[in-house]
Amino acid sequence: MLNSAAQNATAAAPLRRPRSLLRDTLQRLTKDVFVVICAVYLAALLVIAIAPGVFAPVGYAVTDFPEKFQPPGTVATQGTLAGHTYWMGSDKLGRDILSRLIYGTRVSMAVALMGASISFVIGITYGLVAGYSSKHVDNFMMRIVDIIYAYPTLILIILLQVYLTTLAQKPPDEMGAFGQLVVTIDNASGGLFFVFVAIGVVSWLNMARLVRGQTLHYRQQEFVQAARVVGAKDQRIMGRHLLPNIIGPCIVAETLAIPTYIYTEAFLSFIGLGIQPPLPSWGSMIADGYGAMRTAPWVLFFPAIALSLTMLAFNFLGDALRDALDPKTRK
Amino acid sequence: MIRLIVRRLLWFIPVFFVVTGITFVTMHALPGGPFDKEKTPPAMVQQMENAFGLNRPVYEQYFIWLGNAARLNFGPSLALRGKPVAGFLLPGLAVSVQLGIMALLFAFAVGLPAGIIAAYHRGRWQDRTATLVAILGVSIPAIVLGPLLVWVFGLWLDWLPVAQWEPLTEGFWPWLSHLILPAITLGAGISAIVARLTRASLLQVLNEDYIRTAHAKGLPRQLVTMRHALRNALIPIVTYIGPLTAAVITGSLVVEQVFAIPGMGRYFVTSITSRDYPMVMAVVVIYAMVIVLANLSVDILYIFIDPRISDAE
Repeated sequence: MLNSAAQNATAAAPLRRPRSLLRDTLQRLTKDVFVVICAVYLAALLVIAIAPGVFAPVGYAVTDFPEKFQPPGTVATQGTLAGHTYWMGSDKLGRDILSRLIYGTRVSMAVALMGASISFVIGITYGLVAGYSSKHVDNFMMRIVDIIYAYPTLILIILLQVYLTTLAQKPPDEMGAFGQLVVTIDNASGGLFFVFVAIGVVSWLNMARLVRGQTLHYRQQEFVQAARVVGAKDQRIMGRHLLPNIIGPCIVAETLAIPTYIYTEAFLSFIGLGIQPPLPSWGSMIADGYGAMRTAPWVLFFPAIALSLTMLAFNFLGDALRDALDPKTRK
Repeated sequence: MIRLIVRRLLWFIPVFFVVTGITFVTMHALPGGPFDKEKTPPAMVQQMENAFGLNRPVYEQYFIWLGNAARLNFGPSLALRGKPVAGFLLPGLAVSVQLGIMALLFAFAVGLPAGIIAAYHRGRWQDRTATLVAILGVSIPAIVLGPLLVWVFGLWLDWLPVAQWEPLTEGFWPWLSHLILPAITLGAGISAIVARLTRASLLQVLNEDYIRTAHAKGLPRQLVTMRHALRNALIPIVTYIGPLTAAVITGSLVVEQVFAIPGMGRYFVTSITSRDYPMVMAVVVIYAMVIVLANLSVDILYIFIDPRISDAE
């Protein structure tokens, strides 16, 4: 689609070299130093999240009670971690905060990726179908979205999360094969799976609204009518003609939505409804640090900084993407 | 206009049934009941459940609840010694509303001037600083900002109390001092949103012809800003009150948790774990109502602010 558009442009104006939207955007993005820093930071987090064991000095659950609440830079002298340097200090169980922070990256990044994928797949499909269908179908589909929308999102997520986690505590023989499979997956991921589900249920609503609005706008345009006249099927029009036109704003919206997924997981873990200990999440680490703030502020600071920086990087990147994709700001 | 309001009010009916229905079914599908404690003998649990009608089918319970809710009777709290839910939630709602209003005041007191300054100095350092601070405001979450503020102002400087709540009847300063940090925590992110909106819409308005006319006829700059530009720039901000209210509600849920404030959100989290069905239902209904009413008032306000919009369509 983009290629053919570029070819048409060359035919009309042979002097201008063909440039794809992607390359244009990338060029504009890399001009800003902050954007490059954010992108590198997030890429580094992703690498860390894929293989935390390579980067973490020790395991996230290794406790060393005699060395609890050691300030950053202390070398442990006794217990299981003797000889180990706590670069970011130790928590109330003598666990290495740096290692826990590194393993916590996995949780945040997984939530970011899963939230984004669910919202993309469901939200875009739903929005495209609603916007492209007849008025009645569209009306019906969007009313469903509106109703779920009236439910305060965080409340719905908490409710779902409590529901899922308590169901998982039922004896296995009461659950059936599917229930057992789901619970096994959830236990294996340390409670992460249910967080995915709870966030996924609400994450697509915004995307569906955005896509539907854009679809309504573009379906009136000549190129869609032309495609229909040529005999293109509905799926093809949606996938090959409408989607490439609306994907830009979707990417921007998604980048700006990712911090809220990360934050939702952190908050759930903060109030003890998210990731199950001892698996670390930045949210549960902040909760630990908040409780120990008087004696050991570093337990709070490092996860707090990590969470804020990550959300900042996504927000910054989203803003820059919006500017780069917005034709009005082009010079 | 009346037709629009009526239509919007009618819209509340399906929302109400779906929201309460989902909550009711989810809550009752949870294993364990409000009276399951280790020391309570099973026979007594049975008796208690009979007394509160929990042994009936769920749909029957739901209709009973609906009937009571129609008479604004949200039933007794199951976890807190059978006292009426309203007795807890009304003070809780009052606390949350105070917190929300203070947070909004803070958000607009910071966000509006920041947005105006940024728009007037577009591209200069004032603009860049304001934009950067706004991104920071959106990015630093309440579970980070709250503890950090507590650490600085509560522990380090020792100026303000670190948690809890004092009603206004205990005196003005005790009330305010307990309110400042939570209100800032809740308002910070919202102020960033307000600043961004103000900047964007003011920039658009400042390009209009009538602003140039106002300048050309020699009006002082402040007057042009306040009377001509800002009034029109506020329209998009007003339409944002709906989502903003939702943000305040969700945010206060978090902030009440961080600062141990006895507001609605805290009752929600505690009652969901203690299976206090009537309490959860009441909280959810109140939240949904607030959001629907906020959206409705936006629609009405919109008509008053911008006479070009009528009920013609």
